[in-house]
Amino acid sequence: MKILTLTFLTCARKSCKPEPTSYPLHPTSAELEIIPVDFNPLFLRALLPRLDWPTLRILCEAFGLPGLQEEAPEEDALFLQPEEGGAMEDVEVQGEKGKEVVEDVEKKGEEETREASQLAKDLHHLLLETTMQEGKLVCGCCGHEYAVKEGIANFLLPAHLV
Amino acid sequence: MSRPEDILPPDLYYDDPTSKKYTSNSRIQNIQASMTHRALALLNLTEPSLILDVGSGSGLSGAILSAVPPEQGGPHTWIGMDISASMLAVALERDVEGDMLLADAGQGVPFRPGTFDAAISISAVQWLCNAESSVESAPGRLKRFFEGLYASLRRGGRAVCQFYPRDDKQKKMVSDAAIKAGFGAGLLEDGGGTKQVKVYLVLTVGESGDITGIVAGMDGVDVEDHRKRRNKKGERPNKRDEIIRRKHRMEGKGKVVKATTKYTGRKRRIAF
Ligand SMILES: C[S@@+](CC[C@H](N)C(=O)[O-])C[C@H]1O[C@@H](n2cnc3c(N)ncnc32)[C@H](O)[C@@H]1O
Ligand SMILES: [Zn+2]
Repeated sequence: MKILTLTFLTCARKSCKPEPTSYPLHPTSAELEIIPVDFNPLFLRALLPRLDWPTLRILCEAFGLPGLQEEAPEEDALFLQPEEGGAMEDVEVQGEKGKEVVEDVEKKGEEETREASQLAKDLHHLLLETTMQEGKLVCGCCGHEYAVKEGIANFLLPAHLV
Repeated sequence: MSRPEDILPPDLYYDDPTSKKYTSNSRIQNIQASMTHRALALLNLTEPSLILDVGSGSGLSGAILSAVPPEQGGPHTWIGMDISASMLAVALERDVEGDMLLADAGQGVPFRPGTFDAAISISAVQWLCNAESSVESAPGRLKRFFEGLYASLRRGGRAVCQFYPRDDKQKKMVSDAAIKAGFGAGLLEDGGGTKQVKVYLVLTVGESGDITGIVAGMDGVDVEDHRKRRNKKGERPNKRDEIIRRKHRMEGKGKVVKATTKYTGRKRRIAF
């Protein structure tokens, strides 16, 4: 299970869901493994606004992973700032057909030439490549333990807990 | 023909041999792939997204999500839920890219509110219509599923569930449960009236405007949005206008579109 998934999982019990202590689930006796995944900075950009940064910091600490900066980063921090001039000059020439076209091309061009920052690479590694293979996830509200085996967490509840 | 849901509960039906056979059958692979592509088109995602796959099985549907090229807004990242450990084991063997949980969708969706951009479910929801135990009824399980799904999606998010309803009554039971949970809902049928009919339940979360816009211009669309009745009358967007607008959008993106004629947006019937 990726750390990405862990930052969104809650206890499955209905009575726990409204309780703030049912999130995040606490990993114990965790075995981590790095599984390489293709880098996708545009996914990170889409994800960033809904990432719960304090939770991610708690999880890093629980796993004994290097600490994260205190403040959640802004979207711009995922990309290197574009250098002045350069690539943009071509765009001006192409855009004689009308203003709308210019804007479109500029935006596209920007997206394609913007290079991902080290922070984006670190986040990718942490969220998508770092996985919990074995261990347990414990609910801070009811104490229920969800077992993780071969990277798959068992969220099936016995009937009396549903 | 007997339906697998009538024989056994899903975790027992999809045992090791059945899960292996299911996954390696090339006819099944093709059908699941084409239905997943259809669901993706209905989701209309424009950037790499986080997607929940309900009843993800061995990852036939999920693999399609991972393979969407950047030009088409991908690749997407998915998290799967499935009740069959054997299906999940096959998924692990296949080295699929998604993360997976062993979980019963009829017990809810254990994610924070607003986690997912979108959700798909390919050939799974009919399983929720058979109660697993005497403890909970089928409507109770559907309710828990759709309420959980609704909460787990971000506002503006969509879900598409392709499923095999036993009959019209079951189709209605499923879409009613989704609507009750808060979704805007539309039913789309490909190949209606044939044995190969495919039913897609298209669900929206807090989308302004109504679902007709999403499924307009597709043949055999049956819009079933009960919320609409409460709206002012006569607001239904004109299908032709909607198509013309979409053509403009496509053209704007540099795509080649057919010229607009008097036939545009007309219902076609193939007469034999
Ligand atoms: C026909 S398979 C489809 C799998 C995959 N979506 C695909 O396209 O190949 C149906 C899957 O739904 C799963 N399923 C059935 N009931 C379920 C439930 N209550 N919760 C989660 N998964 C369920 C089954 O275990 C099975 O893997
Ligand atoms: Zn709990």
